[in-house]
Amino acid sequence: MSAALRTEGLCKSFTLHLQGGVRLPVLEGVDLAVAPGECVALAGPSGAGKSTLMRCLYGNYGAGGGRIWLRHRGAMLDIARADARLMREVRTETLGHVSQFLRAIPRVPALDIVAAPLLARGMAPEAARRRAAALLARLNLPPRLQGLPPATFSGGEQQRVNLARGFAPGYPVLLLDEPTASLDAANRAVVIAMIEEAKAAGTAVIGIFHDAEVRGRVADRVFKVQPLPNAA
Amino acid sequence: MSAAPGYNFAYLDENTKRMIRRALLKAVAIPGHQVPFGSREMPLPYGWGTGGIQVTASVIGPDDTLKVIDQGADDTTNAVSIRRFFARVAGVATTERTAEATIIQTRHRIPETPLREGQILVYQVPMPEPLFRLEPRVAETRRMHALADYGLMQVKLYEDIARHGHIAISYNYPVMVNGRYLMAPSPIPAFDNPKMHRMPALQLFGAGREKRLYAVPPYTEVRSLDFEDHPFRPPRAEAACALCGSRESYLDEVVTDDRGGRMFLCSDTDWCRQRREAAG
Amino acid sequence: MSAAPLLEAEGLSLRFGAIPALDRVSLAVWPGEVVAIVGESGSGKTTLLRVLSGLARPQAGRVLYRDPAGEAREVHGMGEAALRRLHRSDWGFVHQNPRDGLRMGVSAGGNVGERLMAAGARHYGAIRAQAAAWLRRVEIDPARMDDPPAKFSGGMQQRLQIARTLVTHPRLVFMDEPTGGLDVSVQARLLDLIRALVADLGLAVLLVTHDIAAARLLAHRLLVMRHGRVVEEGLTDRVLDDPQHPYTQLLVSSVLAA
Repeated sequence: MSAALRTEGLCKSFTLHLQGGVRLPVLEGVDLAVAPGECVALAGPSGAGKSTLMRCLYGNYGAGGGRIWLRHRGAMLDIARADARLMREVRTETLGHVSQFLRAIPRVPALDIVAAPLLARGMAPEAARRRAAALLARLNLPPRLQGLPPATFSGGEQQRVNLARGFAPGYPVLLLDEPTASLDAANRAVVIAMIEEAKAAGTAVIGIFHDAEVRGRVADRVFKVQPLPNAA
Repeated sequence: MSAAPGYNFAYLDENTKRMIRRALLKAVAIPGHQVPFGSREMPLPYGWGTGGIQVTASVIGPDDTLKVIDQGADDTTNAVSIRRFFARVAGVATTERTAEATIIQTRHRIPETPLREGQILVYQVPMPEPLFRLEPRVAETRRMHALADYGLMQVKLYEDIARHGHIAISYNYPVMVNGRYLMAPSPIPAFDNPKMHRMPALQLFGAGREKRLYAVPPYTEVRSLDFEDHPFRPPRAEAACALCGSRESYLDEVVTDDRGGRMFLCSDTDWCRQRREAAG
Repeated sequence: MSAAPLLEAEGLSLRFGAIPALDRVSLAVWPGEVVAIVGESGSGKTTLLRVLSGLARPQAGRVLYRDPAGEAREVHGMGEAALRRLHRSDWGFVHQNPRDGLRMGVSAGGNVGERLMAAGARHYGAIRAQAAAWLRRVEIDPARMDDPPAKFSGGMQQRLQIARTLVTHPRLVFMDEPTGGLDVSVQARLLDLIRALVADLGLAVLLVTHDIAAARLLAHRLLVMRHGRVVEEGLTDRVLDDPQHPYTQLLVSSVLAA
């Protein structure tokens, strides 16, 4: 079966104009492919560029070179070259991302944060809120917290809101950056189950998992991201 | 009667009258639209009807019969002096009877007797711009007229209802003319507004200090602004005229002593007299 | 995603003497999209907004607006009457200073009702009911409907201006530093309110701001302006997290992380 997401010679470097134009290469010639229903774990030492690769895949960082092929609306699309509007469409319909930290919006309750991507996909408000509430409940976020803005939540609570938001729409491709970092054992188990269900439903998952146990449970294979020798 | 020697007929020189007639023709062609004109110095101060007098002087002919009223009365100083002025400089006949007049110059009233085709009603106008209290920039008011951008006037009426429970404009009540131009009807009571609508007579308006003319041709639609749920309902004193007993005419309140005594009288003196004569 | 942009500008240039206020600026705004224009004072942001909305005329280039019937109309060629009609129906403009966007002598309700009346509404009760609903929506107590805006705080005045602008459901709203003159605590509330309204109504917004945090919160796309030129544009999070142009890097690195 063809890949849900595949990179060809993906490169990324940063040019720091404020530091005299220093150029920092981080990724070079990355060839990564993920099939539907498969989970690939990115591995490598700290600073090797795992997070940079994730951000490039999501379009948060612009790719410096190479291609990022994504199956979107039934065709392969090079999102390394997609413009901002197309990228918004891709993020609404095909590509989900759970970042390490929740960017809380003032005054917006947790429930609405989770329901927002569902509404963006055209789900009716009532149904979206029901689905959001169910996911938050599954992640053991008490109902009294669901109606509050997460700015004052603990790190673990914020991460669960973030996870519910990422899993709610059922994107065909899901990027997970340290999804279980600040969770207790019970919630870790919930997240493992959610990843397994997503895979079973055909979602291609790319993740960074520092927790070896979680990685062992969900990852089908490991993709090594090596630090570049001349990275300075 | 003949005109006094030393004056051109009706005081103004012929070139000035021609200029004013041209402006009037334009005003009639664009009902409710303010037309600028070269207002002349007149032998009376601004505010005493210099605009109205120039309009009258430009349209009057030797065969006309002139009536002049001030607040409905033929016998007040302003009315008497303007009537005498035209009797002297044009030698025309004058009257106090509405039905006999061919030209009626008025300050702040429309006669109660319905006007007919062939008559001309000339209004004295102190401020021709209906938007002037709302929009201080003259250039902007011009633009608002040009674009028929009159939401602001409606806002003023909204504010009145919000503040007083009703539209608190009792005179100079703004009207839309022919569905296009917002117009100040001069400070006539709102009571008189309905008489402007589809009036058979020609209505001409002159503002001497502001140097503007405008007109409402016969049988033109003149609608007072209002809201569907607060329709235009002109106020009238709940009383009868102490002299003729009229309950449908516009009444003036007259204070009779310094102990709070008062009475209501018809503002239109000609109409009141006719009713008393008819009653015998 | 709809296929045609609502507003489309090509090659806009405008010089004030020797100073280029706009230098070959092109951009497009699609329905339902929030586009922020960021840059420091004097970068040409406000001039761009004025030119796009027809309030100023460019020396070169053109601006097309696609009306509800799908017809593209040249903003600087449609005539003043048509442009004014557009400004009180399809478009809205939120000024930095609420005094520029409100009638200070008219009550809050009258301010909100004006656009309805200009559009032909003539039922006092209905106008008032709509004004009350909008005051509630922007978190102003409808009991204060008959107060003049002069009695309101700066934040309330700005929220009133937003209610007045949105009451006729415009398709495209221009906002010029809407949080500019406000205290930080008041800014957050206003930004959140704008964010929610824009999402609920599916508005297209062109937002000019020097506040990077506001742009991140509200905008889908970002344009960075400097010396009258667009030096960088793209997805908001990409421009802010992976800035390419030296000026964008300077702008982003100058923001204090809260």
